[in-house]
Formats: sequence, structure tokens, C-alpha cells
Amino acid sequence: MVIKVLGGGCANCKKLMENAKRAAEELGIDAQFEEVKDIEKIMSYGVMRTPALVVDEKLIFSGRVAGVEEIKEVLKKEAGN
Amino acid sequence: MFTPVQKFADVVTYNIFKIPQGSKLASAVNFFIFDTIKIFILLFLIVFVITFIRSFFSPEKTRDILSHKKQNVYIAHILAALLGIVTPFCSCSAVPLFIGFVEAGIPLGVTFSYLIAAPMVNEVALGLLYANFGLKIALIYVLSGEIIAIASGIVIGKLNLEKYVEDYVFKIKVGNVQIAEDKKTLNQRLNETFDFTVQLIRKVWVFVIVGIGIGAFLHGYIPTGALAKIAGKNNPFAVIFATALGIPLYSNAAGIIPLVSEFRRLGVSMGTSLSFMMSVTALSLPEMILLRRVLKPQLLGIFVAIVGCGIIATGYLFNLILG
Repeated sequence: MVIKVLGGGCANCKKLMENAKRAAEELGIDAQFEEVKDIEKIMSYGVMRTPALVVDEKLIFSGRVAGVEEIKEVLKKEAGN
Repeated sequence: MFTPVQKFADVVTYNIFKIPQGSKLASAVNFFIFDTIKIFILLFLIVFVITFIRSFFSPEKTRDILSHKKQNVYIAHILAALLGIVTPFCSCSAVPLFIGFVEAGIPLGVTFSYLIAAPMVNEVALGLLYANFGLKIALIYVLSGEIIAIASGIVIGKLNLEKYVEDYVFKIKVGNVQIAEDKKTLNQRLNETFDFTVQLIRKVWVFVIVGIGIGAFLHGYIPTGALAKIAGKNNPFAVIFATALGIPLYSNAAGIIPLVSEFRRLGVSMGTSLSFMMSVTALSLPEMILLRRVLKPQLLGIFVAIVGCGIIATGYLFNLILG
């Protein structure tokens, strides 16, 4: 599973990355993490608000920092597919 | 509504701390306790309500609405400025927002109406204004912010400044991805709103407390009207000075507004105070640095000049009306 956080590296983006890592760890999911800071790449996902969470190239949400529990739900769903 | 809070502040000041009633210290401490509680209650309520309303809007939706409103550009400006209030906006998102709008074929001027209204009508500023000055001033703040955003956007649109947008902006291909965020239940929405409100207040509380602290000190120790000479109605340059002073102070917006009510008591006129607040929230240095990535210096300069003039004009207008 590839988990990406899109954003310019502001405090919110870092927090989201932290939460995503914790969520994957708590679920025991083996995931690769990537920070996408390049504006062209961010725009290619159609995202206008950062930070955004992308799981296996699928945009999950943008413009907010989701909590660990919420990301766990998302990852469970995506891992099931 | 705040009588119990005042009673609590009185009990803490006079009975627990045993500070003699009528002393300067008592006045400062009492003010600090009362104002801190009052401001945090109001701030929480107002940010919660605005965030909840915002959960129904997104920049993606705004873009779609605006890109279909091409027949009448003035309606598009008004709509953009109104949507600027209700869409969530963090200055980190200024660049992707700008590119997304321009790519969708929204005119540059309309994009600016949105970009100006979003930070100018700021929910924390609105909450604190309401807490300190009441509904009338809070509404004046929103209304003048909207008028500046609409007018500035129209002027920028008329000047045909597309050539001053960085070239790469027009080359980026924007993906079209739909997020299934609208299918939220009311409970989910309320929970997210609550979380966001708590996050936001955690971010600003230190500034608010410091602002109230300085305000409390002024309240106890500096006599009413002390600043009337330098920043009152009779100094014609006070508004310009206040606007210039506000630009580098963005990160402390939350701390400045609780102070402003004290400035008022000290004799700073309302229009001057309003200009100061608007400049703090709308002409921020960090956001300009971000916008520099998509705007050439000429356009950035024009943007600052037009918004700055709008803020100064508002200041003079309100000094004239309100004194």
C-alpha cells in the first residue's frame, strides 16, 4: 500500500503524515509513505486544499487533518478492496 | 449572559486573591479573568457555527459554481466574495487554490475577489470582534471586507494582468477528481466541526491570552483617552499608519483583536482600529510569500496596493461615520 500526503510541508501536513503512519502501524499494515510537495503533482490529483491524503493513487480527502481513528477506518476499507 | 462570569471574576479577585477593591491591580486582574472566560466562550461558539456552515462548502464546489457564472462578471465577483467567507481557507492552500481557479477558466479578477475575501473575513477575527464590540461592528467588518474584495477584484480584472501570472501556472494540468465528502451524516459533520474548532482554538489560545493580558494591563494602569492625540480622529495619518503596522503582524491576529477594544478606550478611533485589524488579517507577509510562487512581483505589488487602498478608504469612511 502506498500512502501519500500532499502539501507544502506546513504544520498541518506533518501532522497528517504522523497520523497516517500511526494508523498504519496500529493496523499492522505494511505501507510506503511519501510526501508530495511538488505543486504540479499536487494539482494533478485535482486537490485545491492541503493537506490531502492519497491511498494507492486514490484521493481520500483534502483540506483537513484527520485523526488516527478516521485514517484507520479508511485504510481498513482500502486494504479490503 | 455574562453576569455569572462577572460574579466569578469578582469572587476570584476580591475573595480568593484578596486584592483590595478599587485598586489598579484589582481592575486589571478582574478584567483579565472576565475577558478571558467571555472571549473563549464566544470564540468557541462562533468558530463552531462558521466551521459547521463551511462543512457544506468546498473550494472545489466554489470553482464549479464560479466557472459556470461567466455571463455576468459582476455577479461572479459578488458570488466569489461571498463564497470567500464560507469556504475553508488556510494560507498554505493559497497557491493550489489560485491555480485551480485559473485553470478552470475563472477570470483573474474574480479569482482575486475570492482570494481577498477568504482571509479578510476571518472567523477568529469575527468571533473576537463580536465578543469585544458587539454585532454592529462585527457586521460592519464583514460588509467592508466584502466590498473591498469585490471592488479590488473588479479593478484587477479591468487591468488585464494575466501576463503577470507566472507562466507555469497556465501549463499545469489539473486532475479532475471527485471526493465523496458530501455524503456525510449530520453526526459526522458535527464531530468534525467540533474537532476542527478545538484544533483552531488550541492554535490561537496563547495569542488571545497574551492579547488579553496586555489589554488588562492597559485597562488597569493607562488612563482612558491616552492615545487620543496620536491615533484619534484628529490625526489624518493614523489610518495609513495603522494599516502599514498591521501587515507584518499576521501571526498575532488572534492576539491583536482583544487588544483593540483597549485601544478604543484609549482614544483610537473606530475606523483606525478597523483598518488595523483588516490589514493584520488580509495583508499578511506569509501569504504574500506564498502567492509570489504564482504571481510575478508586479501583480503582487498591484494586489497589495489595491487591497491596502481599500482598507485605508474603509478606515477613513468609518472614522467619518462612527468617529
